[in-house]
Amino acid sequence: MSLSVDARGRRCPLPVIMLARLAAGQPPGTVIEVLADDPAAAIDIPAWCRMRGHTFVSTVAGTHTVRLG
Amino acid sequence: MCGPPGLGWSCPGRDTVARVGVYFDSATAAPPHPVARQAFLAALDDGWADPGKLYAQARQARHLLDAARSATAAVLSVRPDEVHFTAGGTDAVRQAVAGARLARDGRRVVVHSAVEHSAVIKAAGADAVAVPVSLTGRVDLDTLASALNSPDVALAAVQSANHEVGTLQPVAEAAALCRSAGVALLVDAAQSIGRIPVPTGWSLLAGSARKWGGPAGVGVLAVRKGTRWESPWDSPVDVPAIVAAAASLRAVHDESARESARLAALVAEVRAVIAATVPDVEVVGEPDERLPHIVTFSCLYVDGEVLLHALDRAGFAVSSGSACTSDTLRPSHVLAAMGVLTHGNIRLSLHSGVSTEDVRRFLALLPGVVADARAEAGVAGL
Repeated sequence: MSLSVDARGRRCPLPVIMLARLAAGQPPGTVIEVLADDPAAAIDIPAWCRMRGHTFVSTVAGTHTVRLG
Repeated sequence: MCGPPGLGWSCPGRDTVARVGVYFDSATAAPPHPVARQAFLAALDDGWADPGKLYAQARQARHLLDAARSATAAVLSVRPDEVHFTAGGTDAVRQAVAGARLARDGRRVVVHSAVEHSAVIKAAGADAVAVPVSLTGRVDLDTLASALNSPDVALAAVQSANHEVGTLQPVAEAAALCRSAGVALLVDAAQSIGRIPVPTGWSLLAGSARKWGGPAGVGVLAVRKGTRWESPWDSPVDVPAIVAAAASLRAVHDESARESARLAALVAEVRAVIAATVPDVEVVGEPDERLPHIVTFSCLYVDGEVLLHALDRAGFAVSSGSACTSDTLRPSHVLAAMGVLTHGNIRLSLHSGVSTEDVRRFLALLPGVVADARAEAGVAGL
């Protein structure tokens, strides 16, 4: 299952909050793409994955992809 | 009260700090050490003349300047003629970089850790190689070694310890790599001078008096004999400020063993208590190999600026590396290089005016402040 959230124009910590809201209740293995242009998102989304036990997949051109663990 | 009669601004020392709140930002500027103020006022009477002139008043100023230089050299374990006073820590770093480039004709590149102070990164400019760091902020020595292996390198820069997260850098190992590569090493020791022993093996060492309880606008650059470095410019010599800086340095150095042990125990307590009492918090930096006075953590889903203001209202002055608290709206390059959470970030930096009770009041208050910020943002339980 693949979901996405558009956090463009949102400042830290909103992109991570939007990601966390979308992730809540989703089964392990769910892939979520976060579109974000805030420079902090590129650091904070991988950090969120580490703190929450999810897998950070990649950042490509402002799209940050995670897989729920 | 101090300052000119009638103007009556208050002394920024212990009493005022206690009255307006608890000051936890010594890594930006330490409250002036009492001996700095005494030395400054005395040197203003006796050391106002230009120390370069050939008359009695100048000789008196020169005598004070020489004594300040000797005292500074003794603390840094260098010779007095290796000590250069500068117009602040940033000027010391800029002189180090510009002087190394001058002396290494044609070589421009500065190899530096990715977590150096922005003064170093700005001084290095475009001709720079940033060496990555670990999750705890320690520079990667293998990458440093390969980056040094280039004919364009003029200088390497590795801080003694990180100014945002407190992690000590492996300076001795970095110095050995620089020695084999024939590259001078600049150690920005702004956060460690006067607190822990000065590292060894470096060619240039930079510091800032404001960080050790001296006045703003005085820095020090120590350059070991034989270093390929030429003085790029002369900084103004403010004798009373330099005398105050040296007096404060000697005082904090003399107190450092006891004081650093006291602060290190408080920092260890802060790290342990915050991790236990604040949910979803990341306490960053090396757990043990760290400065005695700095502790940093990031709270998930919380805006750093909201925390900063809430703590200010509660009477605690702290600093943050979160993007929302910076002029550029970019997160701290230190936290970014480490790959740790950049939002909800708070740095406490302690000093001699901070008591155990101050720290425990902060620790008792913090979980509620973070919980309120999360409730306000509607992220509780996420």
